Amino acid sequence: MFKYLLAKNEDIPAGSAAVFFGFSSIIWFVIGTGLGSFNAAKLAFPDFVTGNIYFAFGHMRQVHVMAVIFGWISMAFAMAMMYITPALGNSKLWSEKLGLWNCLFWNVGLALGLTVLWAGITSGREYSDFPWPIDLYLAVFVFIPLATNVWMTVLTRKTQGIYTTNWFFIAAVFMVIIVFLVGNSPEFFHLTGLTEAYLTWWFAHNVLGLWITPVAAAIAYYTVPKVTGNPLYSHRIGHLHFWSVVVFYSTPAAHHLMSAPLPEWLKSFASVEGVLILVPAIAFVSNIMLTMRGKWYMFVENIEIRFTITGCLMAIPLNMQGGFQQTRAINWYIHGTGWIVAHAHLALLGFSTFLEGAAVYLGLQTIMRRKLYSLTLANLHFWMLLIGFTIYWVSMTIAGLIQGAGKIYEVPYIDVVIAEHPYMIARWIGGTLVFVGNILWLYNMWMTARVGTVVPAGRMPHELSYER
Amino acid sequence: MAGFREYKIGSRIFALAFGGSMCITLLLPSINIASVSSTDVALAKQLAIGHETGFNLDDPLMQGKNKPLVVALKADPKTGQPLAQAMTVYVYQPGTSFPAGILHPRILGAGIEELSVQQGHIGDAKKDTGAVFAISKGKFEGKDHSFIEDLTTSKGWTTSDVLKVAKDEDVSHSGKGKTMFVREGCWWCHTLLPEQTQDWQVFGAPPMLGDFNGESPTAFGSDRKAPDLMHVGSRNSSKEWMMMHFFNPRLVQPHSIMPRFDYLWGEKDADGTPINFAKWRSDYDDYREGKSVSAPDVPSYAKDSEIRSLIDFMLSLK
Repeated sequence: MFKYLLAKNEDIPAGSAAVFFGFSSIIWFVIGTGLGSFNAAKLAFPDFVTGNIYFAFGHMRQVHVMAVIFGWISMAFAMAMMYITPALGNSKLWSEKLGLWNCLFWNVGLALGLTVLWAGITSGREYSDFPWPIDLYLAVFVFIPLATNVWMTVLTRKTQGIYTTNWFFIAAVFMVIIVFLVGNSPEFFHLTGLTEAYLTWWFAHNVLGLWITPVAAAIAYYTVPKVTGNPLYSHRIGHLHFWSVVVFYSTPAAHHLMSAPLPEWLKSFASVEGVLILVPAIAFVSNIMLTMRGKWYMFVENIEIRFTITGCLMAIPLNMQGGFQQTRAINWYIHGTGWIVAHAHLALLGFSTFLEGAAVYLGLQTIMRRKLYSLTLANLHFWMLLIGFTIYWVSMTIAGLIQGAGKIYEVPYIDVVIAEHPYMIARWIGGTLVFVGNILWLYNMWMTARVGTVVPAGRMPHELSYER
Repeated sequence: MAGFREYKIGSRIFALAFGGSMCITLLLPSINIASVSSTDVALAKQLAIGHETGFNLDDPLMQGKNKPLVVALKADPKTGQPLAQAMTVYVYQPGTSFPAGILHPRILGAGIEELSVQQGHIGDAKKDTGAVFAISKGKFEGKDHSFIEDLTTSKGWTTSDVLKVAKDEDVSHSGKGKTMFVREGCWWCHTLLPEQTQDWQVFGAPPMLGDFNGESPTAFGSDRKAPDLMHVGSRNSSKEWMMMHFFNPRLVQPHSIMPRFDYLWGEKDADGTPINFAKWRSDYDDYREGKSVSAPDVPSYAKDSEIRSLIDFMLSLK
């Protein structure tokens, strides 16, 4: 990769940036889930590595969160954009060179930001934990170059229209820049009080709603038709999905602070808008499920389809939870409990990760023109992710309900801690399964690059049988 | 270049939809929140905690620099005579940044702003020479308000005068303590927000709209794995309990899953003797395994240690 950084743009093989991003994202996934497993061990066994400032839970929790959001998920998105955007425009990526530098700056900036966070140097704001110089760096050297490349690739496309996936891509790369600059403004301009508290959750909500959710869905709009060979069921439902994301998903930020002293109109408004999140969710899931018509055998036989459809199916409980748990009727019970932690992992490790996993599997095989090294390892990876996640989600949901009950029955807090202990151990086991699965994935993709069977031009990797 | 020719209408609708959503979620709430007046809690909190507690250029390594001291003043700093009633003053030593309410009195709210500027003279406070603030009571347009008074201007009390008459036990490092609270990530498990619906009985009253003016970060916390701390100082004001609990929470609560924060003691204890952590831990392990009858003593902390400020902050959360 590095030898192309200073090469002329036209000398760089197409797809280099996507490969660089793809492997970077897998490595960050291994690091991020490894940290998650380590943190979970501390909650289950409090005397495991304790009394050491460099491995303190309070220093490492945010490193796990930021590594998976801005390392794994966002870099997998960039990887998908680098190969899907030109493929859908029947053109080449506007600048492979910009893409390579983008990825290099991204890795350097993220490594720097996580190191600083690990040392305890933080803005003290959840999800926008990075100190403001790192936020500015990420906006200028990560998201603006990414947006430039995606926009220019769409502008220089050779097709008449723009396909659904690309609407989402160009809108999301624009919105994430706005979210980054506005959401961190309390740090840039020293805004205080409720403004700071509200903007913290405005950022947290919108980085999920206007970046992670729409881009993950956009990836499914590409992978399912591409791999099954079926056309997208409905372009119109895609329209409904897109516009309802922009209108409904960008407004409910205040529902994260339902039990905090914010103006009541703002909380009520956010709560109603929050239920309307079901509109894009139902549009998306039904559109993808109907696209699968006649090809459901691929859900069993094809690894990319299995990942994508599992992710889409997880969007159903995700949005049912998301739409209703933020209403006042339910929020008072589960606010601030492990239920929310389970929900956040359903969004990021369930729904979103399975969709991106498919994009990275498919993309790396397609660009490198190598068939997957081992389908067995990929199956193992799938099941370790799914079982590990399920253990995590079930145990944290139960723990959350225990906490909620403890809250309303005014149980001494230590009894809640004691009751949660078995679920903390289960959460650690689930997280560790995910981590080990990801190590297998990294090995599998590395071996694919080295010794995978060559895929002839014009064929899909899954159309080839294994020769070994 | 295919461009966006055929997407003219779509781009305009996008601008309208996204812009409208930003207007409702950013512009209207900021107008509303900006009109909220500070409560007494907000005045006291911002004076005690100072300018910024997250990453900032005055304290880039988050060591608790650039923070005020809170002094329970019992004697007149000029004459040395005992005061009829002890008062709380907030000492900003020379070079310490002032909180948002002093820099931008507008955020204090109607009435409080005018009183603080006209009677409190907060506009005359100088960062270079330092200032001593207190919360006073006054009337503006017939209404009672608390306001911030700059005692350095109104009474001529300098920071060194005040610190000279104050004993160490009367000085609270709660501002530095909040830096420790943010840096050590206490707020990942302990919330600072009793909920409006359920927490009255156990964790005390939920905060009011105006309780946060001037505070940054508010560090509400979202993932409660441990008791809320907003009023912890009212429930438990024992320094000794706090000390044992921070050194090793399982000394006082065997089922606690809180990490040990013994590293905040630093190298030396209150007498300047180096703390032997390795020996303490092996003694503690013997105790835990039943080989010895009592747990080893927790070393008492030095006056300027990080743990002192964190405990001061805990006790300030009334």
